[in-house]
Amino acid sequence: MNIIPEITRQSITNLINNNERADGRAVDEYRDIVIETNLVSKAEGSARVKLGNTQIIVGAKPQIGEPFPDTPNVGVLMTNSEMLPIADPKFEPGPPSESSVELARVVDRCVRESEMVDLEKLCIEEGKKVWMIFIDLHIIDYDGNLFDAAMFAVMAALMNTKLPIAEYKNDEIIIDEDATMDLPLKDKATMSTFVKIGDKMILDPSLDEESILDARLSIGITESGNICAMQKGGDGPLSKEDILSAVKTTYSKKDELLKYLK
Amino acid sequence: MIHVEDKKFVVPGEILAEDDYYPGRGTFKEGDMICSSLMGLVSLRNNKISVIPLKSKYIPKKGDVVIGEIEDIRFSMWGVNINSPYSGILPASEVFGREKKELSRVFKIGDVLFLRVVDVDEVKKVKLGLKGRGMGKFKNGILVDITPTKVPRLIGKKGSMINMIKDKTRCKIVVGQNGLVWVKGDVDMEQITKNVINLIEAEAHTSGLTNRIRDKLFLLIDGELPKDREESHESKFGENNSKNHLNNDPDFDNSFEANEEELEKPKLENFKGIF
Repeated sequence: MNIIPEITRQSITNLINNNERADGRAVDEYRDIVIETNLVSKAEGSARVKLGNTQIIVGAKPQIGEPFPDTPNVGVLMTNSEMLPIADPKFEPGPPSESSVELARVVDRCVRESEMVDLEKLCIEEGKKVWMIFIDLHIIDYDGNLFDAAMFAVMAALMNTKLPIAEYKNDEIIIDEDATMDLPLKDKATMSTFVKIGDKMILDPSLDEESILDARLSIGITESGNICAMQKGGDGPLSKEDILSAVKTTYSKKDELLKYLK
Repeated sequence: MIHVEDKKFVVPGEILAEDDYYPGRGTFKEGDMICSSLMGLVSLRNNKISVIPLKSKYIPKKGDVVIGEIEDIRFSMWGVNINSPYSGILPASEVFGREKKELSRVFKIGDVLFLRVVDVDEVKKVKLGLKGRGMGKFKNGILVDITPTKVPRLIGKKGSMINMIKDKTRCKIVVGQNGLVWVKGDVDMEQITKNVINLIEAEAHTSGLTNRIRDKLFLLIDGELPKDREESHESKFGENNSKNHLNNDPDFDNSFEANEEELEKPKLENFKGIF
């Protein structure tokens, strides 16, 4: 846990009670968002997202493998996150921390449950070979709200992922590296994270705001407006009104966010 | 022979001068050549060449005043985060004298204090103290974080910059040499002050900053530039202002004067008014 000076906690809380924030944003305003795609030449799809000073690089890497026996005709999706020590003094090298696992799972849930990737089209030969998509999140600068930034980056990377055409003939895989197809996507999704400080819900928390949160709520929403993922964090409770207002804001922010993903 | 000009940007290893010059802070000598060991701006004083880093961490020095945050309570001392690679300790005896009391009743984890560096030993154990005027715990206000090399610029010549901000925003401002700044005043003014301090940090290397900051403050607070603008641009502005307010906070002004010289070369025209 981050120790934050008592007077900083007080000043942030006071500002928020007046519907103001330390960086001058409105309570439901995102920081500047910058998306850059296809910057890793060795990955089939990649993106770098900056959300204020938070920075994440995502790579999507397809590989051919065997499907799980209970789902022989669908591809496999795997998400992993790496919180690099350069991103924050509190990130340590070594096995993934709790928050790193949480981030990967929340993003994975949002991608999976929105059913944005048409997994059946990733099947090459039923029961034998399918595409497995590995999504790797690399946090390179941490200034709060990794969830939204990560979801953005994953979305941008998947939209730019090119799969080589693979064929299955006589127990052999033939890959045509020159002919590629876009990763079959059916939908898009974004995520909005709120923190509760005092009795206000604030969108896109900065690092300081995240360190003094009572409760946190991340909501994933698809382009068509379905809620596909939710994650609650923090020790404090959330009231029904808090959640409903957060969902409402998520819904109204969706189109603004999707504009960045064109 | 010299290869660089004053205030030129250099990178580590860059040759600055040969012969005739003395290596200062941020440089090293390789044969007859003086090279930069940092990324930063060249500072030329007579025949001494030093490099002021663009960004730095605070290295504790005996006698500095710093702002620290309590992050640990031990048996007879507090552990203090002083925004440095080396953490500080505040011994209980500094606060209680010989008496024994419960430490956590006085300062709790998360409290922010204004401290003096009493001693730094050879393994960089930083001993802190509270003796001196204005030392102690802060209540309310906000903290602004700047890089420690820009502290002299924020203070200005004889406190010209900081006193100007204090006057205009009516905020109490305390600057620690470790790059932490405490601001307390009206909530709106606190935010303005914070923005102005961040602006000074970003533009510390440019000249004529004090006047630009002054205009900025007038625009932010009054919404217009003062009518006596022409007059105020006279070069002696800094001196006049600082003399009136020099005694407000002897803690900072005195201790920073020595450092001030390192960053800001005294501009000749500033003295015209006096002589």
